[in-house]
Amino acid sequence: MTREDALIHYLFRLGDNALILAQRLSELVAAGPELEEELAIANFALDYLGQARMYYSMACELEGDGRSEDDIAFLRSEREFENLVLLEQPNGHFGDTIVRQVLFDSHYLLQLETLKDCGDPGLAGIAARAHKEILYHLRHASQWLIRLGDGTDESRARMQESLRRLWRYTGEMFAGDAVDDVVRDEFDGPDLAKIETRWRASLQPLLATATLAMPGNQWMHGGGRQGLHTEHFGYLLAKMQYLQRSFPGSRW
Amino acid sequence: MSDTEWPLYEVFIRSRAGLSHRHAGSVHAADAQMALDHARDVYTRRNEGVSIWVVKSSEIIASDPADAAAFFEPAADKIYRHPTFYDIPDGVENL
Amino acid sequence: MYTQGLDQKSETAARRLDDAGLLAAFQSRIDAEEKIEAKDWMPDAYRRTLIRQISQHAHSEIIGMQPEGNWLTRAPSLRRKAILLAKVQDEAGHGLYLYSAAETLGTSRGQMVDDLLTGKAKYSSIFNYPTLTWADIGAIGWLVDGAAIMNQIPLCRCSYGPYARAMVRICKEESFHQRQGFEIMLTLCRGTAGQKAMAQDALNRWWWPSLMMFGPGDADSKHSAQSMAWKIKRFTNDELRQKFVDVTVPQAEFLGIRVPDDDLGLNAETGHYDFGEIDWQEFFDVLAGNGPCNRQRLEKRQRAHDDGAWVREAAQAYAKKHGRRAAA
Repeated sequence: MTREDALIHYLFRLGDNALILAQRLSELVAAGPELEEELAIANFALDYLGQARMYYSMACELEGDGRSEDDIAFLRSEREFENLVLLEQPNGHFGDTIVRQVLFDSHYLLQLETLKDCGDPGLAGIAARAHKEILYHLRHASQWLIRLGDGTDESRARMQESLRRLWRYTGEMFAGDAVDDVVRDEFDGPDLAKIETRWRASLQPLLATATLAMPGNQWMHGGGRQGLHTEHFGYLLAKMQYLQRSFPGSRW
Repeated sequence: MSDTEWPLYEVFIRSRAGLSHRHAGSVHAADAQMALDHARDVYTRRNEGVSIWVVKSSEIIASDPADAAAFFEPAADKIYRHPTFYDIPDGVENL
Repeated sequence: MYTQGLDQKSETAARRLDDAGLLAAFQSRIDAEEKIEAKDWMPDAYRRTLIRQISQHAHSEIIGMQPEGNWLTRAPSLRRKAILLAKVQDEAGHGLYLYSAAETLGTSRGQMVDDLLTGKAKYSSIFNYPTLTWADIGAIGWLVDGAAIMNQIPLCRCSYGPYARAMVRICKEESFHQRQGFEIMLTLCRGTAGQKAMAQDALNRWWWPSLMMFGPGDADSKHSAQSMAWKIKRFTNDELRQKFVDVTVPQAEFLGIRVPDDDLGLNAETGHYDFGEIDWQEFFDVLAGNGPCNRQRLEKRQRAHDDGAWVREAAQAYAKKHGRRAAA
């Protein structure tokens, strides 16, 4: 693939991650443990949504086929989305949400740290903005991880269970393919092997402070990059795309 | 009351360098870090701040609203008539 | 409209302890447009009325997140999704500003939440209607926020300082809410026949409930007089309702959709729009808990509250373990 093809593909994947996570988070409106926290969750959703729009818009411009951010979000089918399957898992309780945030954001932040200095100024610009946002997300979610891990016996048990359940989706974050290789080599993009080491190194003390045990090595779920989703994804998409599919070609 | 409440924190925002912090309102939070985060999320969503102070409401000492003794309720503290600012001993009913 | 339930309860007589002198001095402060602050002396009835009005206003914002949140996952474009998310988030924020203002008067968040969940406290009846189509989101922004703005701007000058300041903050943020609703309606009305029909259908269902938001007619609102004297309420229900109709009907004409009122018409003499009779039975039914969504609105809040109990407890336990500041 060409340098540019890889970059476009990579941008779509970044956008897919952000969009699918925003979609899941927006389901949590009016369902938070405290009103102030609902505001925070809505904030996160807005940040991710904003990032998705930027990634998609840039990719569409480079692609030059006249597609828009909405064409990408509402008119592609299941196999065309390449988000991490971690992000499409249905929302559980608040602890699940926090664990998902910590696991994803701690990886995403490392990605963005590299990308904001990468060889493509467009992507670097988006990454610099996103980096500031994700710094805040991670700090906020990490503090919650600590509170809930080191809170009551019940909260610790719940958090440990969330970790156990979601851990199998983390391997995929570092299982790069040809697209990741080109972005790394041609654009000074993230080296996923190095990121994985740093990711673990950052998680270890955090989990320790939260009095939680890091789950052991295990079989890792994969497939996101190949558009191989879990069964949850079809339903998410059906909901998200319903109006555009019902009224083809309409303006909103 | 359903379950024990998180304490109330007063929020002060400095909107621009050179200005003083101004009282913006209050948030409930379980600890100081959470209070800061909540204050940021609730009161600076439209870039209204460069600096945030949060203070537990019960820690604020306030002056009397007016000089004269009997006309207004005398109290040197407790800026609000917030029920949880008042320590009621166990065993007292209906409070 | 945030006082919808208030007029129905008869005020118990103010305690005789309220000295006539204190009362008179208080009233002259009000008449002089002075702001009353949290620790100032105030009549019991003033305090109680405000607690109820402000907390009901707050509850309305919070419950209002639900009918609109209902279409977040199905918003038909990324831009609409972002705008709707920001709006719903604003509503949470408005609820928070108002709870904060109410707490200065001697109630607590826990007490107010309890009152909401047990059905003791009311919230604006409009949010007990379902959002059945995407056009409903447009109608809510255009009509419901439009009605709210009519009420909110005068409240920026209400006599109680913390409430007035919260309202100023809210009004600043509210301006985009109504515009985004109208923009949705405009896009639909200029769209396909199906989209325009969707918009007309939404107007058909949301028009009368929006008029009811302003509360019963002045003749049936015996207790408004005291609220007006204390500058908690600045205009009567009928005044605001008429203003709303006068402003909104031309907007509907611009959109090219019909207001569902056969008796609607511009009165050449008065310069105002005459409109038909409101079905007050529906209003009282919904207020009493018998609307399409009353139960589900409260159940959702109750569920969120219950589901969050372990989280709140854990946060408190952590704070206790780690001392006063408990900062990272």
